[in-house]
Amino acid sequence: MITISLFTGFLLVLAGLYGALTNRNILRMIVSFTIADAGVNLVLIAVGAMPGRKAPILDAAVPVAEAARRIIDPLPQALVLTAIVIGLGVTALMLAYAYRLHASRGSLDISKFTELKW
Amino acid sequence: MVKRATALLLMVALGLLFATIAFDHRPDTELNRTALYYAENTAKDIGAQNIVTAIVVTYRGLDTLGEVTVLFLTAAIVGLILAAGRPGERGSFPPSGELLHTGSRLLAPLILLAGVYVFVNGHLTPGGGFQGGAILASAALLLLLTDPLHRFGNRLIRLVESLSGVAYVVAGLFGLVLAGGFLDNRFLPLGEFGALFSAGGIPVIYTLIGLKVGAEFASMLSSLSRTEKH
Repeated sequence: MITISLFTGFLLVLAGLYGALTNRNILRMIVSFTIADAGVNLVLIAVGAMPGRKAPILDAAVPVAEAARRIIDPLPQALVLTAIVIGLGVTALMLAYAYRLHASRGSLDISKFTELKW
Repeated sequence: MVKRATALLLMVALGLLFATIAFDHRPDTELNRTALYYAENTAKDIGAQNIVTAIVVTYRGLDTLGEVTVLFLTAAIVGLILAAGRPGERGSFPPSGELLHTGSRLLAPLILLAGVYVFVNGHLTPGGGFQGGAILASAALLLLLTDPLHRFGNRLIRLVESLSGVAYVVAGLFGLVLAGGFLDNRFLPLGEFGALFSAGGIPVIYTLIGLKVGAEFASMLSSLSRTEKH
């Protein structure tokens, strides 16, 4: 299970980066970035997981006294929670900028925007 | 063509790099020292069942305050960028249909309730302020889809956003005065482990975070929806 999520996460990162590099449409690039973002989160979760252990919630399934032997590392999960929220903020900003770019040129083709090209 | 080949080459190189990491990865069998500290001390120090919540709200509370600030900045910038040069006239959309209208009137209160449930129980079950806030905002999205021109309480959203933000910092200051430090949850009694009113200030703080995140997402959605051509 851990291996599957690790490989899926890395594949999503690769697919997202490839899409961001090869697509010309800004909206498609934004979608690619969100795919890569999901991949990074999946990799982080997979790295924090440990076989045969439970989620870090100390309810009836995991008594407090046995917590150290029964739960997985809670820190990657807290990090991913933060990463998801910040990822959403980044996506919203990208969409807003895409809207403004479209309003200024009437096109979402990245090759039409040459001011910062070198 | 050259560009595509370069991108492909880069992906192959990155893929090799990732493959070595993935094939060499051996999951830990023991918790590392940080995780062990959280596992052993969360129950007696923080009193929260959900250790992830204890980390997010208390152990690393300052980071979460920063995260909420980043979210606020994002919402403000999105609003600013989309507001500039927007035509002021209001057109009309075709009616959204009976199904969506009735459905949203039935579903929106239930979605709000689910969101509140998720963030109020953040210290007991998987969930918390950010997830609950996102659920609240999905109710706002449903209302926007039903009637794009009806700006449901923009002032209410702004009021909730600023009040909950201020209250969050004030709760942090309570921790500074009454307990061990800024954002310490022990300014309220820890209560019985596993009860709804337990874990000191965590339910209060997470409720405030939930309201703030929900209001911010809702304002982002409504700024984005205003860009629709009509």
